[in-house]
Amino acid sequence: MTAPILAPTLAEPPDGILRRVSDHLYLNPPLLLGLLLVPPLLWIGIVYVGSLIALLIQSFYSVDEFSGMVKHEFTLATYAELLRPANIDIIVRSVLMAAAVTVAAALIAFPIAYYAARYATGAVKALYYVAVMMPLWSSYLVKIYAWKLILAKEGIITWLAGQTGLGPVLDFVLATPVIGGPSLSISFLGMFVVFVYVWLPYMILPVQAALERVPRSMIDASADLGAAPGPTFRHIVLPLAMPGIAAGSIFTFSLTLGDYIIPQIIGNSSFFIGQAVYAQQGTAGNIPLAAAFTVVPIVIMAAYLWGAKRLGAFDAI
Amino acid sequence: MPVAVRFTNVHRHFGAVRAVDGVTLDIAEGEFFAMLGPSGSGKTTCLRLIGGFEQPDQGGIEIFGRHAEGLPPYRRNVNTVFQDYALFPHMTVGENVAYGLMIRKLPRPERETRAREALALVKLNGFEGRYPRQLSGGQRQRVALARALVNEPRVLLLDEPLGALDLKLREEMQEELKSLQRKLGITFVFVTHDQGEALAMADRLAIFHSGRIVQIGAPVEVYERPRTRFVADFVGSANVLPPTYAGEAGAAAKWMSLRPEKIRATAPEQLAANDEASLIGTITNVHYQGALTRITVDGEGLTLRAAVPSDGRRFQTGQRIRLSWPASAMNSMDDDP
Repeated sequence: MTAPILAPTLAEPPDGILRRVSDHLYLNPPLLLGLLLVPPLLWIGIVYVGSLIALLIQSFYSVDEFSGMVKHEFTLATYAELLRPANIDIIVRSVLMAAAVTVAAALIAFPIAYYAARYATGAVKALYYVAVMMPLWSSYLVKIYAWKLILAKEGIITWLAGQTGLGPVLDFVLATPVIGGPSLSISFLGMFVVFVYVWLPYMILPVQAALERVPRSMIDASADLGAAPGPTFRHIVLPLAMPGIAAGSIFTFSLTLGDYIIPQIIGNSSFFIGQAVYAQQGTAGNIPLAAAFTVVPIVIMAAYLWGAKRLGAFDAI
Repeated sequence: MPVAVRFTNVHRHFGAVRAVDGVTLDIAEGEFFAMLGPSGSGKTTCLRLIGGFEQPDQGGIEIFGRHAEGLPPYRRNVNTVFQDYALFPHMTVGENVAYGLMIRKLPRPERETRAREALALVKLNGFEGRYPRQLSGGQRQRVALARALVNEPRVLLLDEPLGALDLKLREEMQEELKSLQRKLGITFVFVTHDQGEALAMADRLAIFHSGRIVQIGAPVEVYERPRTRFVADFVGSANVLPPTYAGEAGAAAKWMSLRPEKIRATAPEQLAANDEASLIGTITNVHYQGALTRITVDGEGLTLRAAVPSDGRRFQTGQRIRLSWPASAMNSMDDDP
């Protein structure tokens, strides 16, 4: 026979300890999986779930009214306290705000995500990612204080409204009960605007990811079968985007529900859940009530996800 | 027979790319018409022009005498089987098939009956409740077919519908599609890059090359009498003889095609018949395919590929051999544009 065409340059490398380790791991996938999973499982199991359970237990303790000390006895007294009208007000206010922010974020995010998934390519797409993510690069506090200035009575929005003759419109909006106030920076409306701004990227990205997975041919097929753009959107695009919207809404909803900085800086002085937790565990020193307050978002999110599943939001996963 | 689809000098350009560059074409009603060509030849764009997913930059498209330019897909009585099937993943097979009827607001019982009938037509009885992800590739393809046919289109467009199937299933589906088309009498327009598929199924086929049609005709016509070197090579990999060859033989100096299976292989000393041309050469490649053996032979300034019956004969590279073929097997062609 003729000489081998390929020179023996691809000889086996020498047997090192690293090589033996990788051989062993390659041949034992469960071992590799175990090594990869144990550290994060310990982290989630002990640090995260453990402290959550500790929190849950705390919420079943109560504070002695006279001494102000935590009584380590199981009782539902703290939950009874949680359900006082003033606290119910805080919960309802927080949930309504979170719901409004989520709906607005979904409405604003959808066209942006749709454009990015369907039409943007190359440099435009890179620019889009930068534009969506950039707000996340700067400090949260700086952004909120910037918004405080923008929304203030002496701020650019009031000034712009005055310059363009829209001053009366702004005054009319601010005169609306509940959402209005002396200025945008001291109103639920202003708070809503800031919430939508800070959480919008968390809605855009999952919706875009969901839309990316809808091939062009599926939209073509719907049109081919007689559906005008409206029905195609209703029957095909929206259901397929739903898991993304659900994922995004989990972010916007729970982040709004738990935030205690924005209501403190932007709104009027009415409390939100996050602030209540902050005040109860800090100044008031009522750890059990603070714990009970944090249980509220957990219960609401669980109910929300259950409802979303019942409505078929995750059918297209 | 009335014309189902008519293209009059249709152009569709994408930037500098002339995807469809002046196509004129008539597809008769009830015809099984194949558009054959390599990728990027414009065949799929032509199909999308009929479907309404693309609009022509220039020229006219008529579907059953009605001008189709500017009509969106949902205003055309034309349905498509997409290459990736494009089944809706969040709907059951039954809902997928009934989608077009649901859009047209047919009452639910009628929708369900007709979807069941369409599924029976493609032999998927009882699959209504499954989801597309639970089906095999061949079954998905049938669902896509049923979903298109349930709308009773006058023209059915098929975009490489068999491309994703394995060989055996593909051959099965070829026959099934063909008999389905005969049974329903609907005009089928079929896009493929597989010449065997086009030859086997089509009543007529159009060969696309660089956005133009280079030849239209019945499979036998196109196969036996390719008009250009491109067609000769693309459909059935014919040998192409240069103009000098015909010139030396005293004929008009034109390119000629010669099908590999028209060539006989004999021992060099065995002479060719009177009405035959022949050459002696050396075998440079042997490709055994069971019933046939494909050999490549270099000799007398030509390289010829022949497909000869194996018949227990052994061919070896380096072997001297005589190739001969009837003079009538040579087909003179036009120059490529």
